[in-house]
Amino acid sequence: MKIDESLPLEYSTEENRLKILGFWIFLGAEIALFSTLFAVYFTLHNGHGNGPSAEELFKITPVMIETVLLLTSSFTIGLGIHAMRLGLKKAMMTFFVITLVLGLGFLGTEIYEFVEYIHEGATIQTSAFTSSLMTLLGTHGAHVTFGLFWGTAILIQVAKRGLTPETANKSFIFSLYWHFLDVVWIFIFSFVYLKGMM
Amino acid sequence: MESHEQQFLILNEPMIVAAMISIVVGALSLVIGVTYFKKWGYLWREWITTVDHKKIGVMYILVALVMLFRGGVDALLMRGQTAMPENGLLDAQHYNEIFTTHGVIMILFMAMPFIIGLMNVVTPLQIGARDVAFPRLNSVSFWLFAVGAGLFNISFIIGGSPDAGWSAYFPLASLEFSPTVGNNYYAISLQIAGLGTLMTGINFLVTILKMRAPGMTLMKMPMFTWSILITNVIIVFAFPVLTVALALMTMDRQFGTKFFAMQDGGMDMLWANLFWVWGHPEVYIVILPAFGIYSEIISTFARKNLYGYKSMVVSMVAISLLSFVVWAHHFYTMGHGVMVNSVFSITTMLIAVPTGVKIFNWLLTLHKGKISFTTPMLYSLAFIPIFTIGGVTGVMLAMASADYQYHNTMFLVAHFHYVLIPGTVFAVIAGFHFWFPKVFGFRLNEKLGKLAFWFITISFNVAFFPLFILGLNGMTRRMYTYSESTGYGPLNMLSFVGAVGLGIGFIILVYNLYWSIRYSPRDETGDPWDARSLEWATHGPVPFYNFARIPQVNELDAFWHAKKHNKQLWSGPIEKIHMPSNSGMPFLMSGAFFAAGFCLVFSWWIPTIIFTILIFVFMALRSFEQDHGYYVSVEEVERIERELGGDK
Repeated sequence: MKIDESLPLEYSTEENRLKILGFWIFLGAEIALFSTLFAVYFTLHNGHGNGPSAEELFKITPVMIETVLLLTSSFTIGLGIHAMRLGLKKAMMTFFVITLVLGLGFLGTEIYEFVEYIHEGATIQTSAFTSSLMTLLGTHGAHVTFGLFWGTAILIQVAKRGLTPETANKSFIFSLYWHFLDVVWIFIFSFVYLKGMM
Repeated sequence: MESHEQQFLILNEPMIVAAMISIVVGALSLVIGVTYFKKWGYLWREWITTVDHKKIGVMYILVALVMLFRGGVDALLMRGQTAMPENGLLDAQHYNEIFTTHGVIMILFMAMPFIIGLMNVVTPLQIGARDVAFPRLNSVSFWLFAVGAGLFNISFIIGGSPDAGWSAYFPLASLEFSPTVGNNYYAISLQIAGLGTLMTGINFLVTILKMRAPGMTLMKMPMFTWSILITNVIIVFAFPVLTVALALMTMDRQFGTKFFAMQDGGMDMLWANLFWVWGHPEVYIVILPAFGIYSEIISTFARKNLYGYKSMVVSMVAISLLSFVVWAHHFYTMGHGVMVNSVFSITTMLIAVPTGVKIFNWLLTLHKGKISFTTPMLYSLAFIPIFTIGGVTGVMLAMASADYQYHNTMFLVAHFHYVLIPGTVFAVIAGFHFWFPKVFGFRLNEKLGKLAFWFITISFNVAFFPLFILGLNGMTRRMYTYSESTGYGPLNMLSFVGAVGLGIGFIILVYNLYWSIRYSPRDETGDPWDARSLEWATHGPVPFYNFARIPQVNELDAFWHAKKHNKQLWSGPIEKIHMPSNSGMPFLMSGAFFAAGFCLVFSWWIPTIIFTILIFVFMALRSFEQDHGYYVSVEEVERIERELGGDK
């Protein structure tokens, strides 16, 4: 394994550079995936049949909590990567743990929100509107859930093996993934919730 | 067909029972054969766990050939059923299932994997690389595709095949109108295979962008590699749409959501849009690599540079962009208004321009060339005029107002077979003959190859040209029978004769494979066709590390220049080579995918959840695994190079 010392740890080997480019391309595919889900939602959001409409369903409080939690987590993982580049393993791990805890808080709030919806008689089967809404939110939520497990696995590896080119590479790629989920959430917040509540 | 709804094993169709028995007998004899010859270890070490791009490519092509046989039998049954008026070979339900599986298998489990197979074998060699960027992921891709194909193929004996057409339009494909598990199979097996394809797309983009030999700039890449690069961009952006569409289909059918429902705000037309937003780019995913294959073969056997290299690249990029903005031309008659139809009509006709540019480039490459009529070249030459017929009828269909006349008729069926068979099928057969000696070290027999070519080409026209006329006379597609008074009988009979001829052609092709394995003289040079690009610079069969030393590229067709000017492609001593290690995990994980998919088809929730967790366990194991591959020592490389007949 040839290590190029002039580059940050996560870019330092050929294999690492390939993986980072590959993940960027994967994120391109993810953008196509979420774009399709948004297109489905925009096509069907007025089709609420006998069920509730967006105005009736959406509440601002849980959505704001979710937004603040996720946006903050994106900031903390940025700090984590910064710490990693400075070679501070402990600081990096602390920021990653904070990120995952915030992500867990986001997920908890989202689950609470879904339970509320179901109490109001809006299940995934109620109408095309609720089907497309819950599929879009659910896909994002599933990504966050997967991220929590993935992030934990990486933390364990960093704790065991230290900051090597391999673990640094994984941590960096995970941070790309986490930022991406934040970007998707910003679109959900603006074009699903705010637009729906107007 | 009430009886189809409750059955787990389909036992009321003699034909299906016969197929079931033959599958069981075939599988048993395979197992017994492998055990008798003690080949399980070999199979596991050399093939199932392999991460070598050449072997993965060969496995893709092997599965594609089997699927060609399966899809071909479907086709023969369809043509047999419609050969005579009021024929009773198949009933309506069985006919519906067969045209559905024919379409799905030929596009997704034959054309795509054949192309992905060739791309696996050839692309890393053409750019002077030792493997793809992510060899382990490549193995995952293959096995996901393989289990997807397997899951789709067992549908006709366990539970019933999908019966709503390969495009599975709603509401026909909804639970209400298609109550068997057939369309669950459709959604889930394509989902699994599609995941594999998406990973292939990412893998090859990174490979081509990052792993080219030193000096090979983008504009010095062989045309086939260019076509693969563009195809993979399309894959990465089109397949997620299919992923979503299939997921929504599964949810509508199995979780009671309302996406494509007829009530509660659902919209059945949304399915058609999603399907074709993926489906039209898919057409170009199977045709652009074909263009790449023809470019390589035509310039090799005309002994000339490819004419208009830059315009070839530009026109492929143009086609790839246009491929995303033409999808609505598949359903002009669905009633989305004049404006929408006009826009899509124009974008569709625009595609004819870059395609026309390519046709002229090939013709001008042939112009004043020293043409040798080998088997791959014959397919390439036949492609040009036949594909042009397909293209011209395509422009006819592109005109929205005229399309109201052709829509859903046999004219359309004739059109897309005239595009896909000379386009994709001829190309993969030509590529198969062309690159075969590179992988196995001997050529397929030319005499048998040419015999198969003439059978296939003539029979193809006999089989499909009558369909143009039938379509114009008003025969609609997917009609399982018709009355004598329609007058469709004679032309349908002619088409059946052609279909049988095509079948014979493919049998000759397979026989050629058998004959050549036994008797064909072995090639020692690694360059039997006197060809142009880097894959021919190394030995044939290619050693597992591809190149002992990585070539240095200074111009397009570097190998050709090196031969003509007696230059060396490489310099310096042989160094130790880093290679990825084999792994059984992709195979085992795909097995978990298969099990989870199969349980999901039948809505067995608990086992589905258990097997899904197993998939994640495999992913976690991979995350914690530490595997940096291994090194091949200089002595070992030198020994292998000596055995293969000299340093390359």
